[in-house]
Amino acid sequence: MSAQTTTPVGAAASPAASPAARPGAGRTGRWLALASRHRVALTLAFLVVFPWIAPYQALAANILVLGLYALGFNLLFGYTGLLSFGHAAFLGGGAYGSGIAIVHYGLHPVLALVAGTLLATLIAVAMGALAIRTRGIYFAMTTLALSMCVYYAFYQAESFTGGENGLRGINVPSLSLPGFRLDLLNPTVKYYAVLAVVGLAVWLFSRLLSSPFGAALEAIRENENRAQACGYDVRRMKLVAFVISGALCGLAGALQAIHLSIVPIETMHYSTSGQAVMMALLGGMGTFFGPFVGAATFSLLQDGLTTLTSHWQLFVGAIFIAFVLFLPLGIWGEVLARLRRAGW
Amino acid sequence: MVSGIPVPRAPVAAPPILSAQGLGKAFGKFRALSGVTVDFPEGGITAIIGPNGAGKSTFFNLISGAVPPSEGRVLFRGRDITGLPPHRFARMGIAKSFQITNVFPHLTVRENVRVAAQARNVRVPLFRDRSAFPELTERAEALLGAVGLGHRLDRLARELAHGEQRALEIAVALAAEPSLLLLDEPTAGMSPEETRAMMDLVQRLAETCTLILVEHKMKLVMGLCRRLVVLHQGQLLAEGTPDDIRAHPEVRRVYLGKSA
Ligand SMILES: Nc1ncnc2c1ncn2[C@@H]1O[C@H](COP(=O)(O)OP(=O)(O)O)[C@@H](O)[C@H]1O
Ligand SMILES: [Mg+2]
Repeated sequence: MSAQTTTPVGAAASPAASPAARPGAGRTGRWLALASRHRVALTLAFLVVFPWIAPYQALAANILVLGLYALGFNLLFGYTGLLSFGHAAFLGGGAYGSGIAIVHYGLHPVLALVAGTLLATLIAVAMGALAIRTRGIYFAMTTLALSMCVYYAFYQAESFTGGENGLRGINVPSLSLPGFRLDLLNPTVKYYAVLAVVGLAVWLFSRLLSSPFGAALEAIRENENRAQACGYDVRRMKLVAFVISGALCGLAGALQAIHLSIVPIETMHYSTSGQAVMMALLGGMGTFFGPFVGAATFSLLQDGLTTLTSHWQLFVGAIFIAFVLFLPLGIWGEVLARLRRAGW
Repeated sequence: MVSGIPVPRAPVAAPPILSAQGLGKAFGKFRALSGVTVDFPEGGITAIIGPNGAGKSTFFNLISGAVPPSEGRVLFRGRDITGLPPHRFARMGIAKSFQITNVFPHLTVRENVRVAAQARNVRVPLFRDRSAFPELTERAEALLGAVGLGHRLDRLARELAHGEQRALEIAVALAAEPSLLLLDEPTAGMSPEETRAMMDLVQRLAETCTLILVEHKMKLVMGLCRRLVVLHQGQLLAEGTPDDIRAHPEVRRVYLGKSA
């Protein structure tokens, strides 16, 4: 209360003691504050040189797309505090949307991206409107159940989606834009074309986070009841966050369909939803760059382990558990926490 | 009703800012509160007192919109607001601080109040920078200075001492510029010095808005408030001026009897 009265007992007894301290807020040193101000530029600078660090360039593009998927998921999980187990519906919705637009309607790839994102957005509106009525574990279960409904709908619509076999033949050998033409068969060109889209999304995402809306989402994550008592229409804001998150994941899916030339039905499977959770936690929930670290870690593990053993999922699972137990902030979250402690 | 004895009502000139009409709340079969009818006058402090388990917090949650009542109505300036969602209560100018400290733990002290001040605007822009609204930061810092937290702006809320967190929560509540502020046991768990400082703050706040204060320590509020409402076993036992309440035989029996 006043300057003189400090009861150390009170701090320990505060209900705020939560298991994972979010590294997203708090006192930061000069360097971290500077880095945070230029987070978009730094992220993009890293992604620009990334293909030259990654083992091979197709993997780099995979990671880029998965990073966007994890980024979109993190808006809901890390910044709004909502754990969804249904985000495969958005990645898949975006992938099928853009794939179908190309295969069945011969749309320009850029329009196909728009179509895929729109389809994912519509799915997110429908799923969100139902799911945000629930909280906590019920929210997770509702999103899971709804995403399984979406999965079966796409599974059944075989003439459009290819059903069990997936949607094949999404061939985009080149991209003609006014004034120039990009050869997408060249993996380097393809990577940077994907990066142009991801970069735009990263920039928009950053603007969203620093906006008053982003501040309100963090307040909702921190304390939903208090946010409501302050006058925020929490349900509406959660729905908006859910839909934006779905749209970003949809864009990732749309890019993935063009990148891989195929949409496997597994894209919509609930294990893909679990993958988003894993990537967000591996990288560091509620951190800006964490999703890309998480996506890279996951992909490299998967890539490395599949060549060694067919039971790779077992090992990924074990590594994931180790992370949750020993590195709850995730890789990037831990890096930030250490830098902060060192007074950066 | 426990009391058959009529309570002399203090003359209330202005129309009440808040009225509870036959308010009740049942949790399953258990009736935590029933048939409470009280008017709260505009201005000054009205205290709601009663022993632990009397139903004070339940009543507080009903009149602050945190929980919908099972029966009865809540009127704010004559308007029926029963069952409106909590954020609508806030938008109307009703702010509250809960019995259990309720802040945004991993946000800085400044951001706690800034984000609360921001909530007054119905529209929350999606793509403008927070820094485009410096008046919100200024307001947050001024409020934090007023509650004695001017030196803690960059701390995380969770790092504050208990008493400081309670003061922070009051600043958060005030950020919405309420005309009615509801406080549920703001001194719960505080040291004597913290309690004294909090009571000073409460008194200062009453100069700018109407206060309804839940407290189970009757002594704390007797000298402070204009009116008292006494709850007992989920029912209204008495209401009136501090003198009325001191003289009330039922209150003396169930409440003062133990401590006096
Ligand atoms: N959510 C709830 N579910 C069941 N019983 C409750 C709940 N909240 C309060 N009660 C009961 O209602 C009674 C009044 O509680 P409360 O309003 O917290 O009292 P006070 O604030 O006066 O100490 C108590 O017996 C308490 O156990
Ligand atoms: Mg209570």
